[in-house]
Amino acid sequence: MKSPRWNPYLVGALIGVLSLLTFSLADKPIGMSTGIAQASGACAMPVIGADGVAANAYWAKKAVPAWDYGSLFVLGSLLGALASAVMSGSFKLESVPKIWRERFGSSVMKRMIAAFIGGVVILFGARLADGCTSGHGISGSLQLAVSSWTFFLVMFASGIVTAFVLFRRNSKA
Amino acid sequence: MPTTLAFITGPNLLWAGLLFGFLFGVLLHRGGVTDYNVIVKQFLFRDFTVLKVMFTAIVVGGVGLFILHGQELTNWHIKPATTLAVVLGAVLFGIGMVIYGYCPGTGVAAIGAGKLDALAGFFGMIVGGIAYAFSYDWIAANILPVADLGKKRLPELSTLPEWFWYAGLVVLAAVVFALVARFEKTSS
Repeated sequence: MKSPRWNPYLVGALIGVLSLLTFSLADKPIGMSTGIAQASGACAMPVIGADGVAANAYWAKKAVPAWDYGSLFVLGSLLGALASAVMSGSFKLESVPKIWRERFGSSVMKRMIAAFIGGVVILFGARLADGCTSGHGISGSLQLAVSSWTFFLVMFASGIVTAFVLFRRNSKA
Repeated sequence: MPTTLAFITGPNLLWAGLLFGFLFGVLLHRGGVTDYNVIVKQFLFRDFTVLKVMFTAIVVGGVGLFILHGQELTNWHIKPATTLAVVLGAVLFGIGMVIYGYCPGTGVAAIGAGKLDALAGFFGMIVGGIAYAFSYDWIAANILPVADLGKKRLPELSTLPEWFWYAGLVVLAAVVFALVARFEKTSS
């Protein structure tokens, strides 16, 4: 199977160009985590009701659960990666990544629980910081936003510490 | 302020969101960043794909935006520097990114590439979003106002001209990429 991967510098440059298109043609930055917060509001609806969601200040003002530019961008990303994976013949169902298996074993349940908890923590962090690797890391950094460079540096430092704590004992992979 | 080229408005924004998202998903997959191993190894300094992709995007997008904004073809979209919230959020984000193994964008894209752990983490992200929404009133009252510098850009912190910052960004990227290339050569 040939690798579906392109040169990372080329991909980065194309993402840069894509951000110029979204900024200039739609007056929108590239962002991801707001759309996911909108989806969380939609998922809360069956439990606390549409009124309950509308009464929440965050979902009412910051991440309205509806199909709009931001939430459709999230859906589009999933479809784009799916199309790319299928067309390059690299689509493969996988539950336990290699580096995780080498360190924590091949238990699917263990990996799923960790991924779930990691997901809770990352999105809570993204909303607290008001952006993620897309909204802050790319869109905000390229605008030289103070908030985004703060996020970028602190996030990398935190990730490095976490990775070394969790994976230090891994054999050189 | 509406800009000259921003012809995508109203309901057309829905299609634009889907299309731009689609292209972003293709690029994330082709960049290799929909892979847990690639992301975690970045934080272990064993794979520099994430840094290469992000920094190139920042330089190309940044310099391009500097030019477009100079022609008044774009607006700034700056997130407020609510410093305490950004720092705390970024600390949580870094921890979550290594455990989840993806960031929100690459996680969504990884689901499309067939990664089932990315899907489990997506459900976690939904719960994280719900938890944030329910904590929002308290956070808005107690965390967001602490050291809030507003929607500041780095050039506003000094008297140096705008172009100087972008020139500095290009130089910084060149230095970082050269160091990465050297590091990859010696460690392989």
